[in-house]
Amino acid sequence: MSMIDIAALDDIPRQGARVVRTPLGCVAVFRTADDHVFALDDRCPHKGGPLSEGIVHGAQVTCPLHGWVFDMATGSAQGADDGRVVTYAVRSENGRVLLDAAALSGRRAA
Amino acid sequence: MNRKLVVIGAGMASGRMLEHLFEAAPGQWDVTLFNAEPRGNYNRLMLSPVLSGDKTYDQIVTHDDAWYAAHGVTCRFGESVTAIDRDAQVVHGANGPVPYDALVIATGSAPFIIPVPGKDLPGVCTYRDLEDTNAMIEASRPGAKAVVIGGGLLGLEAAAGMAARGADVTVIHLMGHLMERQLDPAAGYLLQKDLEARGIRVHCQGVTKAILGTDRVEAVLLEDGTVYPADLVCMAVGIRPETRLANDAGLEVARGITVDDQMQTSDPAILALGECVEHDGQLFGLVAPLYDQARVLAATLAGQEAVFRPVQTATKLKVTGCDLFSAGDFTDAPGREDIVFRDPGRGIYKRLVLEGDRLVGAVMYGDTADGAWFFDKIRKGADITPDRDTLIFGPAFAGGAQADPLAAVAALPPEAEICGCNGVCKGQITAAITGGATTLDAVRGLTKASASCGTCTGLVEQVMALTLGDGFAANANPPMCKCTDHTHEDVRRLIKSMGLKSIPAVMQDLGWRTVGGCASCRPALNYYLIADWPAEYRDDRQSRFVNERNHANIQKDGTYSVVPRMWGGVTSAAELRAIADAADRYAVPMIKVTGGQRIDLLGVRKEDLPAIWADFNDAGMVSGHAYAKGLRTVKTCVGEQFCRFGTQDSTGLGIRLEKLLWGSWTPAKVKLGVSGCPRNCAEATCKDIGIVCVDSGFQISVAGAAGMDVRETVPLLTVPDADAVCDVVAAFVQLYRENARYLHRIYKWVDKVGLDWCRDQVADPAIRGALVARFAESQSIYQTDPWADHAARPAEWAPVADLTLRAAE
Repeated sequence: MSMIDIAALDDIPRQGARVVRTPLGCVAVFRTADDHVFALDDRCPHKGGPLSEGIVHGAQVTCPLHGWVFDMATGSAQGADDGRVVTYAVRSENGRVLLDAAALSGRRAA
Repeated sequence: MNRKLVVIGAGMASGRMLEHLFEAAPGQWDVTLFNAEPRGNYNRLMLSPVLSGDKTYDQIVTHDDAWYAAHGVTCRFGESVTAIDRDAQVVHGANGPVPYDALVIATGSAPFIIPVPGKDLPGVCTYRDLEDTNAMIEASRPGAKAVVIGGGLLGLEAAAGMAARGADVTVIHLMGHLMERQLDPAAGYLLQKDLEARGIRVHCQGVTKAILGTDRVEAVLLEDGTVYPADLVCMAVGIRPETRLANDAGLEVARGITVDDQMQTSDPAILALGECVEHDGQLFGLVAPLYDQARVLAATLAGQEAVFRPVQTATKLKVTGCDLFSAGDFTDAPGREDIVFRDPGRGIYKRLVLEGDRLVGAVMYGDTADGAWFFDKIRKGADITPDRDTLIFGPAFAGGAQADPLAAVAALPPEAEICGCNGVCKGQITAAITGGATTLDAVRGLTKASASCGTCTGLVEQVMALTLGDGFAANANPPMCKCTDHTHEDVRRLIKSMGLKSIPAVMQDLGWRTVGGCASCRPALNYYLIADWPAEYRDDRQSRFVNERNHANIQKDGTYSVVPRMWGGVTSAAELRAIADAADRYAVPMIKVTGGQRIDLLGVRKEDLPAIWADFNDAGMVSGHAYAKGLRTVKTCVGEQFCRFGTQDSTGLGIRLEKLLWGSWTPAKVKLGVSGCPRNCAEATCKDIGIVCVDSGFQISVAGAAGMDVRETVPLLTVPDADAVCDVVAAFVQLYRENARYLHRIYKWVDKVGLDWCRDQVADPAIRGALVARFAESQSIYQTDPWADHAARPAEWAPVADLTLRAAE
């Protein structure tokens, strides 16, 4: 698995997200209050809302458009809603954020 | 052949007695009802709301003509009874005699008139019936001077009522502190301070020497030489049982007409009840024991067994904004100990009087929520030793449980009294609810709980919430969200009282069940902390909903709309040119004129936001906060500058208000309208706050809505000049900021707290000044243009990395 250095951890606000543009569309990279990072497609399976703009609470994010809640580790919708967001391997190391490049290079689409 | 019953006096006791009688013995009695007042039974307790203008006479009638007709009652109203002939069993009225098989004397009481010179002058009244009330209403023109002699329950209600109508009121009280029969000196002092804060002058230890005046009352002279000018003098120094008829008839009379446990007088054919009787050496003034007497007397007439046993009563004052409660015996005596709690900042005083291991008295001022719980302990004579450490904190702390709003009521036993006026205990209410009464009205209908003075309505609703659980939705107050059991109101109160100044502190100390809360509680907590600690708390952007975090409204496709502020809906060619240029530069797909008199640019990409904001800043424009739970727009008409009907500069006032209020965060959005004349072209009367200019000044009304609910505003205050408008509006907005729950628009909040309370707060010069000052403090921090701040750091608005470029390499 080849990991690409995409940003400094501090570029992402705690309990917030930044967007990475990829050939497969935008990926939201989240940082929790305790500095865990998660990467998910920036697209809610419900109506396409940008998850990167949701409120981050614990290891969950709430979509800003209609309030669907996702577990960021698995990408699964919580509660009564049914759906799943694609997740990507990501980790923080020495203050940098590393994202799995292979899954995002466009090859996966083939 | 029916038996004949004659009733003398149509007061609250006799009305209730007839209800019980017709229920227990339907169709057995032919009733003739005499009343010296030219009307039937009404709720005398409610004369104070009539005096203050909160209710009309029609609303306090308890029995109308149709009721008397339906029950075959012969009404002889406005006719006084001249004599009772016991030998012939006949009552002589002014218009003729009536024979009786049974007679009920319910002549009530007469106000005590202090024998001073001038007591018979026109303009001197008492506070007993509707005539007195109307005399006071008539005399309470704004600026008129009124003197109330007597600082007891009745005198203070008279004083507050006349003050509410604009009269300049002085209360003269013989004793060292107000309501000395119900309150101890400390609580009396707090009450005096509250009354003085609303403009009522209080003179304790004042002995009235004479009422001065030639043709009518002009002033009151005290023994110490003080003279208070007066257009009206109300004597409310006490009452004495009205026993003249009984005396003349030769019945046994002590201070009142002597009755036994069955309410019978010394003549077996004659019964009596109400304030005119004396039972076991005791007189009665509060309504609860009178209703007990009514039940017993009706039972006696119906041939049933019943015994009157007076119960202890608690007192509550019906003056809006003065929250006091007293019960039991709280005089100092050997062997008694006090537990006292004071919070001078909030004006709260609580005192419990202990005798050995029992609670014998309680006085509370400012926060009386636990009154019923203490009262129950007093009446039961419960051993309080195990709870003594935390007793003063009430049921919330008994057993160490956290403050649950329903815990206090849940802890009450079934026999605990909820409605003092009608003597309804918790068990009766629970039984009515389980029997099918699921609305407040239904419970009132079945039990009469909260049907008299209404102060226990909240308690009744809480019993309903406890009994019905999820089934009681009407006024139930659910927890804030699934992360906590606390309601919004609890959380707001605890943030202040526990000094919690960060979201983690709130979650820790109030026991949040989740890590980091949820999308529902986080924005609410962020708002509460901003509103309560403007100087100390720092806004948490990550706890904001996307629109407030990004200072633009997100659209369904993830683009944003941008709305620059147009003060009062006024723009210029230069601003319009800047907007047009920006629309071209950023390829804005739609430009729309909004309902709030400004221009919306829709479909802007997130990464373009800082640049378009910078362009607008350069043209002198700032954020319109079209996305905020905060001040949105102030809609105006053109006003006197151009309009031939305009009476004031409505446009100028609107701009001034917008410049005063912009940038403030509020529980939900706030929209204003200012119309220059009553034609109301700015549609001010469906806004959160609306101002309608008239020749003589400015009518401020509030709590309108034109969304999911449509509401017309209700008048708050009318003020003479634009400065006063700004003060009242700022104070009202601050009151809303400090008290409402998150996402409640002003109309919902006003529905909950009542317009009267809001008006009392902003009309009081001292309170208004403090609110304005707190609003100004918050504005000194939060009235900044967020666009300027963010436009300086555009990198944060773009993607943090672009892997499409890397792929292309």
